[in-house]
Amino acid sequence: MSGWYAVAPLIVAVAAAAATTLAHAAPRTQRALSLGGAFALLLAAVALMDAVWRGGMIVVQSSNWAAPFGITLAVDTFGAVMTLIAAITGAACLTFAIPEIEERHRRAWFHPLSHVLLLGVCGAFITGDLFNLYVWFEVMLIASFGLMTIGGTKAQTDGAVKYVSLNLVATLLFLLAVGLLYGMTGTLNYADLARTIPTVGNTGVLTAAAMLLMAAFGMKAAVFPLFFWLPAAYHTPLVSVSAVFAGLLTKVGVYALIRAFTLLFTHDVGWTHQILLWVSGLTMITGVLGAAAQSEMRRILSWHIISQIGYMVMGLALYTPLAIVGSVFYLVHHIVVKANLFLIAGVAARLAGSMELKKIGGLYRAAPLLGVLFFIPAFSLAGFPPLSGFWAKLILVRAALEDREWWIAAAALVTGLLTIYSMTKIWGEAFWKPHPRGDGAAAPLAAAPAAMLAPIVALAACTIAIGLFAQPFWIVAERAAAELLDPAAYAAAVLGRLP
Amino acid sequence: MSSLILRAATRVLAPMMLMLSLFLLWRGHNLPGGGFIGGLVATSAIALQGIAFGPEAARRTLVLPPAVIAGIGLAAALVATLPAGLAALPFFTGLWLKLDLGDGATLPLSTPLLFDIGVFLVVIGGVCAILLALEEDPETDPTEQP
Repeated sequence: MSGWYAVAPLIVAVAAAAATTLAHAAPRTQRALSLGGAFALLLAAVALMDAVWRGGMIVVQSSNWAAPFGITLAVDTFGAVMTLIAAITGAACLTFAIPEIEERHRRAWFHPLSHVLLLGVCGAFITGDLFNLYVWFEVMLIASFGLMTIGGTKAQTDGAVKYVSLNLVATLLFLLAVGLLYGMTGTLNYADLARTIPTVGNTGVLTAAAMLLMAAFGMKAAVFPLFFWLPAAYHTPLVSVSAVFAGLLTKVGVYALIRAFTLLFTHDVGWTHQILLWVSGLTMITGVLGAAAQSEMRRILSWHIISQIGYMVMGLALYTPLAIVGSVFYLVHHIVVKANLFLIAGVAARLAGSMELKKIGGLYRAAPLLGVLFFIPAFSLAGFPPLSGFWAKLILVRAALEDREWWIAAAALVTGLLTIYSMTKIWGEAFWKPHPRGDGAAAPLAAAPAAMLAPIVALAACTIAIGLFAQPFWIVAERAAAELLDPAAYAAAVLGRLP
Repeated sequence: MSSLILRAATRVLAPMMLMLSLFLLWRGHNLPGGGFIGGLVATSAIALQGIAFGPEAARRTLVLPPAVIAGIGLAAALVATLPAGLAALPFFTGLWLKLDLGDGATLPLSTPLLFDIGVFLVVIGGVCAILLALEEDPETDPTEQP
């Protein structure tokens, strides 16, 4: 019966989507159901993490069709960690949304779409089948199109059109790769693919399929040179929506990259992972330089998502046990920090009147506590000890040095340094300098609703906890990485031992 | 659009299309067809109604607001996956209940059928919501109409 732990997050998310749809005419009930659904998802994810941690990988053959014929759901430590972190982000952002969304946003289906988005994200982490992953991507994308345009402004439509068209191209590449793989191996089950791919003679076509998937997942993860849709779109939606997007959506792409290039395509590591290494270095540098040129808070933070994606891909590209640990650790740290920074930018704009750094200021004098709350994720992002980002970067740089990849270690360190530049820019402009409209133009922290501050405090507490008590998180990441580097064990758990 | 031919044809076609959609839903259980395609045919009937007689007529045909239909469908599809748990089988496993109608005839009712009905309703609700939103004045809020 342990299989029900794996499907519980999906059931909860569908139930929340259905319930909030049915309660659409009753705003209070809908809001209560939406919040209840988000926290029920969190509980389900905690239960799943606990079950996987104690009992090992959970495999469900849905509809009782044996693998590889049916749709397999398979959750290892990595999948469970990602589901948990997605549920935490979802609960935080939906709490933040309660005071943020207005009646017209609610009427544009904010609550049902949010739960469908979380459903897609959790589904992508839980599935054990490549075509099923495609379906979850679609679920996620359709919900995100809807969420992105809530509000109906020109800038939002502009951002959404770019986002939709580039993601459709990625989807097409994904389908092409799936077709190629199915033609070669006759299966799309992860475990069965892991067993069949080494027996494929034509490694050239195999590498072509791998590269198509790399491009498709890379576009979703916003790596160099496929990231243009992200800064064009992420600064336009509601704050709670952009925080969920910033925390989760690109990371689903990173998750898919890590899954594909540890479990499926390890036949030519010298070629595929070397490309990933170059991509990761260029992603870091272009992202951080792009951020330096911006002067709107959410635009700066969007460019930083790109540079941070580079670190996660770097761990995968180095492909040593320590580097994979670094990637997993970085993913967890980054999702918490990034969602939180977007939420803080939302509160800062609410208090000072704008997201544009030129138009605001004086926040430190008006709301010193917000300064502290900003300081924690911002300097964690830059990698200051003892915050979570320090450990994440330390592990990755160490892995690079052990692998004698000097230039990528240097790129990682320089990117960290430039991140401080952007963060001090936000600090100096939004918090330190006086408000252009004089003293008193920025409202005190008390003007922000408690439901907006609570998730910020909770996420900041997570960042500090990961930083100060890194050991338990390290142990989880180490186990996740060990499982990722053992495709044979994954295949055996899904398909049974070889006769 | 006000066309006598269209209105006269719709009066005949729309009920037939609705019946065809139910047939497709039932038949799709074991043969080509199913909830998705049936739902699309039913939606075409509603859309025809909307074009010929206006969005209000389409809403009257639907009886319930499209969102509620989609919500009920989603809930039905979810419920269809759960009885497997009571039987200690994996998630989504199909279960059949064969009703004896006498004379050796049986009526097989199953969780896949319930799931298909769910899909049918989600498609009708979802697509009709989009179609009506496109046809109606954006200033009026469709959720507040009876």
